[in-house]
Amino acid sequence: MATALMTAPIEISWIDRLRAGGPDGQAAVADLHALLLKAARFEVGRRVAQLPHLRGDDQEDLAQQAADDALMAVLGKLDEFRGESRFTTWAYKFALLEAAVKVRRRAWQGREIPLEDEAWRALSDAGASAGRGAEDAEMFTALGEEIERLGPRQREVLVAVALNGVPIDVIAERLGSTRSALYKNLHDARRNLREALAERGLRVGTGREEA
Amino acid sequence: MSRDEIFTRVFGPAGPELTCERCFDELDRYVELVLADEAADARIPGMRAHLEGCPACAEDFRSLRDLVTREGG
Repeated sequence: MATALMTAPIEISWIDRLRAGGPDGQAAVADLHALLLKAARFEVGRRVAQLPHLRGDDQEDLAQQAADDALMAVLGKLDEFRGESRFTTWAYKFALLEAAVKVRRRAWQGREIPLEDEAWRALSDAGASAGRGAEDAEMFTALGEEIERLGPRQREVLVAVALNGVPIDVIAERLGSTRSALYKNLHDARRNLREALAERGLRVGTGREEA
Repeated sequence: MSRDEIFTRVFGPAGPELTCERCFDELDRYVELVLADEAADARIPGMRAHLEGCPACAEDFRSLRDLVTREGG
């Protein structure tokens, strides 16, 4: 892996070319679009299993839309490129994000978000089958009660994302919010649950971590 | 879902973590540090915890890592 110092001339070249204007600038924008399209196709390709009903033409359309949107994002943020990574790595992430969000939303188009009841069933089933004795049963019961005590938004996001596996970008679209704002709700819900269970004297841990 | 999987999903990471916005800002640098084996977690504290807690950002990380690897690092 090259360091930022070693790749600096290439990075400056990309930025200078994109800002050049005229035919040279247009050629640089076309090169950037090709780079972003490659990344978008990569992302759509690795997620195609989530979209079994999508035809090849539709997959290509999705990749093209993602590349177009990423191009606008990258060109609008050129001043924010700090040269701490390669320009290409920095640019790729915009195309991957656009493609991933589009695929997730397409995969959930027309589908209802699973009801909270289904999450409670998963919780109780797991509690029943855990086979680790009274301590786990107490934990699952307390967890269910404390989840019910969360505020509606925190509970909704926690259940959808953490228990039902709904992509946070899909929830964000349905609620007219953003990934970052909803993750803050999820983070706060997790903290509240940890604190509430600790107050009950229950130890929260998965084997990897403890609170 | 297993007991541990439920607990991991519900309680998330124990330590301090970045926000999704900061995660995206640092993602390219983090991926290159990971691929170069250059103490990525020490240089960008809170990143690993966030990737453990946020499924969407974790997928974005894996995609960028794999694309950069495929394109020659």
